[in-house]
Amino acid sequence: MKAASFAYHRAESKEEAVSLLSEHGDDAKVLAGGQSLIPMMNLRLARPSRLIDIGHCPELAQLERVGGTLACGATVRHVRFERADAPELAACRALSDAARLIGHAPIRSRGTIGGSLAHGDSSSEWCLMMLVLDAVIQAESGRGVRRIPAHDFFQGFFTTALAEDELLSAIELPLTTVGSALAEHSRRRGDFAIVAAATRLVADQRLRVTTARIAMGGVASQPIRMPSAEDVLHGVDLTDRRSTMEAVSEAAHMCAASIQVSDDIHASSQYRRRLASTLVRQALSRSAQDWRTAGD
Amino acid sequence: MTDEERHDGDGSTRLTVSYGINGKVSAREIDPSESLLDDLRARGFTGAHAGCEHGVCGACTVLVDGEPVRSCIVLSVQVQGAAVETVEGLGTVDRPSDLQQAFSQCRGLQCGFCTPGFLMLATALLRRDPTPDHEAIREAVSSNLCRCTGYHSIVEAIGRVSGTPRSSHDRG
Repeated sequence: MKAASFAYHRAESKEEAVSLLSEHGDDAKVLAGGQSLIPMMNLRLARPSRLIDIGHCPELAQLERVGGTLACGATVRHVRFERADAPELAACRALSDAARLIGHAPIRSRGTIGGSLAHGDSSSEWCLMMLVLDAVIQAESGRGVRRIPAHDFFQGFFTTALAEDELLSAIELPLTTVGSALAEHSRRRGDFAIVAAATRLVADQRLRVTTARIAMGGVASQPIRMPSAEDVLHGVDLTDRRSTMEAVSEAAHMCAASIQVSDDIHASSQYRRRLASTLVRQALSRSAQDWRTAGD
Repeated sequence: MTDEERHDGDGSTRLTVSYGINGKVSAREIDPSESLLDDLRARGFTGAHAGCEHGVCGACTVLVDGEPVRSCIVLSVQVQGAAVETVEGLGTVDRPSDLQQAFSQCRGLQCGFCTPGFLMLATALLRRDPTPDHEAIREAVSSNLCRCTGYHSIVEAIGRVSGTPRSSHDRG
């Protein structure tokens, strides 16, 4: 099918995009890469009366180091992370690995990180990675810039903390993603994951875990953190493989036990729980291994 | 959107979008809701095929600035100023490209509906990596749907151009 007609505004700068949103936010959708929005419009699941195209704003497509963070513009495309084609991404292998799992190459060539986050699909790779990386999402409007921690950003079924007049302009990421991993399962390559798990372990110089993050997709209406399972990993000595594996197993078990899932056409609740356990275990094992390799 | 903009009698806004198609600049007045696919076809480039029209089948795959895209889920207004490549730019009936010849020789097509999409996908793959391994070819073609060939012959055709050895398990 074809999209219904709409009024089109091409923003040439971030300021223009923010100003257009202030004026039209109540009936406009922001168009970034369009890889979720346009299929929905073609299927008439979405029928915005206005589109504000931010794909021609150069400053929104930039990656730069700002102090201790990587400031990533909203319209940086998945393919740039996949190829790590900027020096700023050299220490962010987990972002490349995650990007590679998004759809297929022709989706990754157009789709953007900001678009994925604003869409807020529960099994989106970027949404999960932002949760475990404690990313901060910048929402810009005529009222100023609001910095929203990722764990406050995803609020429900395709629902985020963005207000109608706010533009998701940039994402603040850590400069390195060492200790981060994403594992997911889909029946066919490129499909949305039935269940996905992202993890991040931060360790001190002796390789003791100081911070642990686990996020799961496909198990709730939005991407979610698993705080009680995270707690199990605090203080674990990653040089001790046996105790690491015990903690990983316990965390994986807790994730599977605590999710509220029901049967649907894609998978039974039992299958989803098994996947949750397996994928959390896989991702955590890779997170732990990443530190051991980094320590060598 | 400035001087390109024009209001029709019915109130809808049309605008002129120009971009390169196979090396030549093309300008056309469009409705902003037109997909790149519909716009290309209206400009006479009917090699990009309308299959699912919601970004699943890949029959409409073309290259934008060298990257494969699904033209049914890209709006024409998004590619203003870009370089678009379609299957018409690959070769002609009399002088098919190496890839087109390989598709023909390996029986990489039957009904042919999906073929332009696969050709553009493979063109992008081989430009980035002239010697992909078997797995990289399989990964690339997993993006598009073909309901005739069963994919083996498509993988073989791309591998013939890149000199990639056949995989024993792939012949099943």
